[in-house]
Amino acid sequence: MLIDVNMTINGKAVSGQVEARTLLVEFIRDHQRLTGTHVGCDTTQCGCCTVHVDGKAVKSCTILAVQARGKDVLTIEGLANADGTLHPVQEAFREHHGLQCGFCTPGMVMMGVDICRRHPNADEQTVRHELEGNICRCTGYQGIVEAIMDASAKMAGAR
Amino acid sequence: MENFGYHAPASVADAAKLLDANEDAKLMAGGMTLLPTLKQRLAAPSDLIDLASIPDLKGVCRDGDDIVIGAMTTHAEVHENAAVREAIPGLAALAGQIGDPAVRHRGTIGGSISNADPAADYPAGLVGHGATVVTNKRKIAADDFFTGLFDTALEPGEIVTSVRFPIPVWSTYQKLRHPASGYAVVGVLVAQTKAGVRVAVTGAGPSVFRIAAMEEALSRDFSVKSIEGLTVSADDMNNDMHASAAYRAHVVGVLAKRAVAARG
Repeated sequence: MLIDVNMTINGKAVSGQVEARTLLVEFIRDHQRLTGTHVGCDTTQCGCCTVHVDGKAVKSCTILAVQARGKDVLTIEGLANADGTLHPVQEAFREHHGLQCGFCTPGMVMMGVDICRRHPNADEQTVRHELEGNICRCTGYQGIVEAIMDASAKMAGAR
Repeated sequence: MENFGYHAPASVADAAKLLDANEDAKLMAGGMTLLPTLKQRLAAPSDLIDLASIPDLKGVCRDGDDIVIGAMTTHAEVHENAAVREAIPGLAALAGQIGDPAVRHRGTIGGSISNADPAADYPAGLVGHGATVVTNKRKIAADDFFTGLFDTALEPGEIVTSVRFPIPVWSTYQKLRHPASGYAVVGVLVAQTKAGVRVAVTGAGPSVFRIAAMEEALSRDFSVKSIEGLTVSADDMNNDMHASAAYRAHVVGVLAKRAVAARG
């Protein structure tokens, strides 16, 4: 039996029909063809699939599409401005070389935005603690941590 | 995972009816343990009853000398809640140490305690504070709620609706966190309450437990010195790839002393 789902993804109202067991990440990638959100582990550990649901970072492999009915979902594709100007966290990842292979990057950036929201002027210890649920197999954490600290300071300054 | 019927009732009464009508149904709170379990096909319920659409189960309030936390309140909400931070800062800190930020945005207190993972943090939080679990049928003292490994006093058809924490004089939670999973290898909650000192341990055994000898010693004299000579037996401790039983028994003592020292 298929279930109707409606939600907002990156500011756009979308709808579809899913099985109850369809994960939000499957709806995002396979139904909506937004493939920027990655699946690294599918076991709630790596954080590559991190998106925002109603403004909060969640692992989209561990929430059903039906649980996101009526919610506001933001994926990596919706982060930059329409004119292509990068979000401050994206800009900081570029500036600090916060990526190597890039596979974990969408999740790192989405978690980074969430960290900046909750921790203005975040220090290194805070950022490292908050990144516990996001794994970079290239182990390029130094640049990622520096990028998030920098973005957190810049975003706090812009407030 | 296998497919299932999905229900999102708007009231606890409707959820209970659905639970009664579907023998192989499962309640879903935040889903942070349930969904990974379904993916591994360790469980295949016929139906999932999602409690997220029940407004009565959400939120935190102070009621006299108690803090009452709705079953569907997330770990992040408990961690950030101003009333919890003011009345029971040790509990707010505990909630902030569960899993990772994304898990704390979804996982709930009701789901965590109903699952009763031996390495979960909340069991120590509830037993250590002498909390009361409120269900759709009755009230259960935390001391009687956790009955064993992944086992609780909940009966079929029973749904946790809230948890009531008496505000302690002071409390803290000390945890040896598994570096990969975030679960407690050992976690110790020490609380000074009006009824005396309580010491509750999670992670170390099959289920949360209290240490009567430490409680008595600390009730007489709340100092690190008063529990220095006390050891805990390794006999009933968990022994696994993360830590031996003897190590866990040792760490219980270390964390209890750190907790008392944190009182300052």
